[in-house]
Amino acid sequence: MTPVLTVESLRVEIPVKSGLPRAVRGVDLAIGAGETHGLVGESGSGKSLTALGIMGLLPPRARRSAARLRLGEVDLLALGERAMEDVRGDRIAMIFQEPMTSLNPAFTVGAQLSETLRRHRKVTRGEAIARAAGMLARVGISSPRTRLAQYPHQLSGGLRQRVMIAMALLCEPKLLIADEPTTALDVTVQAQILRLLAELQRAMGLAILLITHDLSVVARVAQRVSVMYAGEIVETGEVADVFARPMHPYTRGLMSAVPVPGKVRRGAPLGTIAGVVPSLIGDIDGCAFRARCPSAHDACLRPPPVRGAGATRSYRCHLLPEVAEARP
Amino acid sequence: MTRTQAVAPILEARELARSFHVGQGMFAAPKTITAVDGVSLSLRPGEVLGIVGESGCGKTTLARMLLGLIPPSAGEARIDGRPIHTLGGRERARLIQPVFQDPYSSLNPRRRIRDIVALPLVAQRGFRAREIDRKVAAMLERVGLAPELGERLPAQLSGGQRQRVAIARALVAEPKVVICDEPTSALDVSVQAQILNLLDDLRRDLGLSYVLISHNLAVVEHLASRVAVMYLGRIVEEAPVEALFAAPRHPYTRALLASVLTPEPGLGIPDVGLGTTLPDPTNVPAGCRFHPRCPQVMETCRSVPPPRLVAAQDSVECHLFA
Repeated sequence: MTPVLTVESLRVEIPVKSGLPRAVRGVDLAIGAGETHGLVGESGSGKSLTALGIMGLLPPRARRSAARLRLGEVDLLALGERAMEDVRGDRIAMIFQEPMTSLNPAFTVGAQLSETLRRHRKVTRGEAIARAAGMLARVGISSPRTRLAQYPHQLSGGLRQRVMIAMALLCEPKLLIADEPTTALDVTVQAQILRLLAELQRAMGLAILLITHDLSVVARVAQRVSVMYAGEIVETGEVADVFARPMHPYTRGLMSAVPVPGKVRRGAPLGTIAGVVPSLIGDIDGCAFRARCPSAHDACLRPPPVRGAGATRSYRCHLLPEVAEARP
Repeated sequence: MTRTQAVAPILEARELARSFHVGQGMFAAPKTITAVDGVSLSLRPGEVLGIVGESGCGKTTLARMLLGLIPPSAGEARIDGRPIHTLGGRERARLIQPVFQDPYSSLNPRRRIRDIVALPLVAQRGFRAREIDRKVAAMLERVGLAPELGERLPAQLSGGQRQRVAIARALVAEPKVVICDEPTSALDVSVQAQILNLLDDLRRDLGLSYVLISHNLAVVEHLASRVAVMYLGRIVEEAPVEALFAAPRHPYTRALLASVLTPEPGLGIPDVGLGTTLPDPTNVPAGCRFHPRCPQVMETCRSVPPPRLVAAQDSVECHLFA
């Protein structure tokens, strides 16, 4: 079956005064219908630029290239800006950490939802309002008609998040890109929003690209995960497999840094990753993680190979699987 | 002399309360928000008291009162046995210091790092310039910052480095208590781990006590010795950290713990059973303030405020245990 999203060798470069940072350096992704793919990494790893690159929403001076960028059978690389506008909000939608990124403070919820729908579908204003109300009810908002008449600032953070999700899903997209969708929310609301997304995903057969720095969220909702570092995917695989046996030293480092009640001994020092993220300006020789890696050796001066570890698993490192796995 | 009683608390609050008046617009009558409503707590030397709860529960207002930044509407907070509001700013700063969430906005962008860290000493007066230089250099080293970073501006530092600066500034005048308000919420996981390790080392080495305010229960579990759970301005449960995580009693504590996600695949997303109504500090429910969301609500809960049941090590405020 053709994946909903196919990305091959996606690159993003954003020229700045001091040089040319290679922010995304050859990312591959494939996400099927009904699947959630977690993209994790720390600030500056390039995960949000990967998303914006897929959406065609990069800043004007950014340069994007890819060997392949497809939504189902549609070649997104061949689409002009006008055609891409038709795709965005219709077949691909995106939600953000901050709902006000997508909501306009000057218009009511109803006006924004019905506009989105009328932009992509031939429906009357009355039909659009009815479908907007229906969608608000689907995302668990009580008395949707009242909410339609309200402005975003009159809603709580959790409600705004739901309205943003409703707006994104109004045209029943094939792919939803969720960039830190629950990071700003309380844990109780986070759980509710994640359950809601999972329910809607099942009902609509949505493919979700879930971008987050929160390993716990990925562990709980995604089927596959890719770990990004310095613009590259350094490890990818089934969630259960990657969490049980992280192969890349960076993945291992990230996982040991998370305090887990009942698993990590209270007060024991947490794992850390020494050093800082490298500059992406100019060429990176060898492995980008080399300077911070506890297992770095001479070979790491050369670009690391992508190694397979089972059919659905790969990582970008000089260490052989049996060696990588044996590391603490 | 032997002490039979427990060590005296370094920081203590009795029935602290604080309300705010907020305008509702041009024609509506102003409303009163009771952000903190009768909070008592005590922190013993060397202890870490975690305070958890959702946004709007009053955590930050409580922190601001403990720091003496705003006066309480009722009740009293004492540090080292003395009422905080009777202390002058300088004296207060010598005893208690904050570390805030956002290392981007809490540092003056136009000052060099070494001047930012020196400020509490300069404000104390009575230190010679050379002594200040020495203390600042030692503190920068202690929090893991290279000496040359002292000459930089905050914008030239990473988020983790800035939070180290905020910690250095808090500790340079050797306070007894540090109020950490979401100290790692703005940081990446690997940097969070470094800062948490640093805070714990410093507490042990310098004999500090912390109030650790966080919405991240895993962080609180890792560092705190006791935990207080706040809901709409009140502490609804307090217990030693092991007891609270092993056997939470208040239905809100249970829901809060149930909603914590851990990096364990296959467990799915818990249904916390709290419904979709969110707590609103401008409209505190009658009776038990948690009753509209409580999965175990009883008839009494709707009208009668629950009693606080206090034992030696813990307390809980719920009709279920009355």
